[in-house]
Amino acid sequence: MTVSRRHALKVLGSAAFAAAAAPVMAEARSARPSGPDDLGLLFDTTRCVGCRACVTACREANKKPADVVMIGGAPYDAPLDLNGSTLTVVKAWTAGGRSGYVKAQCMHCADPACASVCMMGALHKGPRGVVQYDVDRCVGCRNCQIACPFNVPKFEWGSNTPQIVKCELCRHRWAEGKGPACAEVCPRGAVVSGSRPQLLAEARRRLAATPDAYQGGIYGATTGGGTACLYLSAVGFGPLGLPGLSDEPVPALVETVQHGIYQGAVIPLVLFGAFAAVTWKNHRSARPGQEDES
Amino acid sequence: MTASTRPVGGTILTPAAKALLVLAVLGGAVGLYRLTQGLGATTAMNDGYPWGIWIAFDVAVGTGLASGGYALAFVVFILNRGRYHRLVRPALVTSLLGYAMAGVAVMFDLGRYWSVWRIPTHPGSWNGNSVLLEVALCMMAYTAVVFLELGPAWLEGLSASRRPERAQLAARWLPRAEKALPFLVALGLLLPTMHQSSLGSLMMMAGHKLHPLWHTALLPLHFLFTAFVMGFAVLYFESTFTGAAFKRPLETRLLARLGKYVAGVIIAFVVVRFVGLAVEGKAGLLVGSGLFSFLFWTETVLLLAAAALFLRPQTHLRPDQQLQAALLSMAGAALYRVDTFLVAYNPGNGWSYFPNVPEILFTLGLIATETFLYVLVVRKFPILAGVTPAPGRAVPAGLKQGATT
Amino acid sequence: MPHTVVAEATALSRRDFVKVCTAAAAAVGLPAWAGEKMAEQVAKGKKPSVIWLHYQECTGCTESLLRANAPGVGELILDLISLDYHETLAAAAGYQFEATLESTMKENAGKYVLVVEGSIPLKDGGVYCYVGGEKAIDTLTRVAEKAAAVIAIGSCASWGGIPSASPNPTGAVGVSQALKGKPVVALPGCPANPYNLLGTVLQFATFGTLPALDDKGRPLFAYARVIHEDCPRRAHFDNGRFAQAFGDPGHRQGWCLYKLGCKGPQTHANCSLLNFCELPGAWPIGLGHPCIGCTEQGIAFNVPIHQNMPIDKPTAPMAYPGVNPPQGHQSLIAVGVAGLVVGAAAGAGYAASRKLAVPPGQGTKKED
Repeated sequence: MTVSRRHALKVLGSAAFAAAAAPVMAEARSARPSGPDDLGLLFDTTRCVGCRACVTACREANKKPADVVMIGGAPYDAPLDLNGSTLTVVKAWTAGGRSGYVKAQCMHCADPACASVCMMGALHKGPRGVVQYDVDRCVGCRNCQIACPFNVPKFEWGSNTPQIVKCELCRHRWAEGKGPACAEVCPRGAVVSGSRPQLLAEARRRLAATPDAYQGGIYGATTGGGTACLYLSAVGFGPLGLPGLSDEPVPALVETVQHGIYQGAVIPLVLFGAFAAVTWKNHRSARPGQEDES
Repeated sequence: MTASTRPVGGTILTPAAKALLVLAVLGGAVGLYRLTQGLGATTAMNDGYPWGIWIAFDVAVGTGLASGGYALAFVVFILNRGRYHRLVRPALVTSLLGYAMAGVAVMFDLGRYWSVWRIPTHPGSWNGNSVLLEVALCMMAYTAVVFLELGPAWLEGLSASRRPERAQLAARWLPRAEKALPFLVALGLLLPTMHQSSLGSLMMMAGHKLHPLWHTALLPLHFLFTAFVMGFAVLYFESTFTGAAFKRPLETRLLARLGKYVAGVIIAFVVVRFVGLAVEGKAGLLVGSGLFSFLFWTETVLLLAAAALFLRPQTHLRPDQQLQAALLSMAGAALYRVDTFLVAYNPGNGWSYFPNVPEILFTLGLIATETFLYVLVVRKFPILAGVTPAPGRAVPAGLKQGATT
Repeated sequence: MPHTVVAEATALSRRDFVKVCTAAAAAVGLPAWAGEKMAEQVAKGKKPSVIWLHYQECTGCTESLLRANAPGVGELILDLISLDYHETLAAAAGYQFEATLESTMKENAGKYVLVVEGSIPLKDGGVYCYVGGEKAIDTLTRVAEKAAAVIAIGSCASWGGIPSASPNPTGAVGVSQALKGKPVVALPGCPANPYNLLGTVLQFATFGTLPALDDKGRPLFAYARVIHEDCPRRAHFDNGRFAQAFGDPGHRQGWCLYKLGCKGPQTHANCSLLNFCELPGAWPIGLGHPCIGCTEQGIAFNVPIHQNMPIDKPTAPMAYPGVNPPQGHQSLIAVGVAGLVVGAAAGAGYAASRKLAVPPGQGTKKED
């Protein structure tokens, strides 16, 4: 029951937008497409055996410390979820008597909500479609965490100089000719990296080869405006914790509404002029013989 | 009206003020702890609920309650109801303090607060799609505008100074401040229109994480409505509060005539909200959403009860009912905003949040600081109208005519 | 060799000898051809001369060396190396014996390998250990000066060991601290695994090189990984199966000893991979006792044996978080405080409005 952009237009158009919103002639904001060279991952629940080599490799590649959790009196590197030191995590799902594993990491949306809300563009689309982080432009407002439909950006709560932490597809390793570390070490091809078109082709090939093994198609092909990280599932995507998004990019609604209201800076300027004129007029006429002192 | 605005005077450190200072110091201690130990050690906020009560209450509700200056300016300057002029200065003071305190809360809430200077100074990096950027810039600008709108009050306060250079400064700048006023007022109307509505847009991006009863394309409009509701309600609250605290005559009759505006905004809000839900096909959620249905109806009932009270003729004569109506509408609108920012927000993935004691203490400390500063300002500066001038504190004759705020 | 000070020699066939060398090479991670090369070198009469000095120690390292089977002690000291000076194994005694030290040093100056067992006392001018009328620090400095390589065997020689335990009455230090500036191969352990010594010595003898060392001077072939990483009980750790007390059912079933104070997660050594004297399971964890961290400076003899310690490189448990694990903390106290604050605000608002209540007629009069 989420609000779609079309719905928003309908509502905006029909509701009387008295003083605040001048007539809304909002143009539906067009979705930003993914590029042919966009780097991504393809995860396949039917292949993952839960070895967590990806998690270990990710820690090493990104120099992130272990997320130490005491379990039964002994310390383990056991992140419950993505967090300030964990860029990828393997979780266990169960659905209808079946169980398996799912890897979580940044989805690298074609049209990311985190980048849309980021005040100074600390999170932004970089080369090869990677949603990347520039700490110099971050003030730590955490709006990205509110906006991300996948709850991906994480904050270093324990630090006094906290940063936002998320997967950047090991872009620091590209210069060495290496791709994402998680895909490099996966012993089962459960997570593979490549350009998005390649991954889509591979996903379709797997779907065509064993159609009975999968349910729900390819998550991310069009979901949420398309993501660079794609999922194949044996049990659909709800049990994996992936939200049921429409094909519309998440930022589309807000940007349609906001730009619809503002029309660039036109509406604020018009409003300012109107306010100033009325105030000036009232101010002058009110000066002599004020009624307010009664 | 300035002819009759006077500093209230009197002792600053009354027992009540001391109690407020104790709370403020406690809040300050929490703030210090946050600065040295970090957010994670101080607050219950987490990766699922990255915005706690410091944003949901201190900022979303705090600036809503600080919309008194905005709501009143709209009535006085746009609808040209000059009779409410005497309420303008105290309303602007609450606005200034409310926004300043929200700013303080934000500074403590930001993880990398030392980088915040980059926001106004690096327009090259501005993300034109960021609602929060607009809110941040607007709020910074508005705080400055409110301060300037109060310029005449500050200058009059200065002009009463015994030091001649201060009085001269005031005499030089007062006429200019007067001239600039229409433009300041226009800015003071535009900026809250922008950022109060954008506060609502802010939570629109939460998408499926915000309960559909709150997640609507009308969020900006709803936040504008609630800004007016809370702004008006604060006028009642603050007028009654200063009346009781400083043993001043109550402004019951003047406030009574404001009631129809408040009730009108409330009813408009409720109607638009229901219509919006119906158009978006969410009417079914009004019942059967458990806690969320309950919260929705609590907001609605609180607001409608307030509207009914505001419209009752008896209320016009009774300060107690006026206060009750104001408090009910404040509670309803504040609940709406807290729900939107926090309660109706559910990130999933098993996350939960409830503010911890330090967070609550910090918020209480901010409220206490704000109240203390309000009392301090009205005691020291000519904010409140209609008090017999304290002996020896008369405004110099030359300033009387020019001052027309 | 003129100074054959050890016991009767046993002649080995070339075939057996190559076998011994290969076994020794394999034990320390050298390839099989290294064993053949060693055998060749030895056949050419190029056995490395070894001088073994004892200071503050228990001779446990020597004892464990004597119990090595492949190669046995005979093959070792007669065929593989030329152990020219060793106080425990020497047949000679007194002045005659001490003279062999001087002659070995003179004949093999710059070529011999110095092995040191035991710590060196430095306190009070080093008076706490005299051998042959000479202070430990003096002989050590003198012999090390002309040595081609210095090897510290055992924890005492590596970093002080038991003699250096608090309050360290003699000011005992390891060889590397006593010989500032001289590279020292440290083979800590209490005792050290003899194969780690053999491997180091044979590599030096054959190739003239020393193995790659870590930052504490320990050969990486033996000390690169912590016990925990190759522990035979590791599966129990991963699954959270811990012995809670000695003799409890978990202990009897061979569960992980971490909670009993096992130092395996911090201790760099190859105990679980290279049996002591070819006896499988003949090491603490194999016998049901936690690792005491004898190869790690600052753990053994410093941290109580059964004290539980943190884990340097935590690994994942054999358990997975659910898709939506419960996250975030809520305190009941905070809920109470929040309830109080909201309640107080509501109460104060109501009380204030009651206070303002006046009969309708008077309300207007109050206004200005």
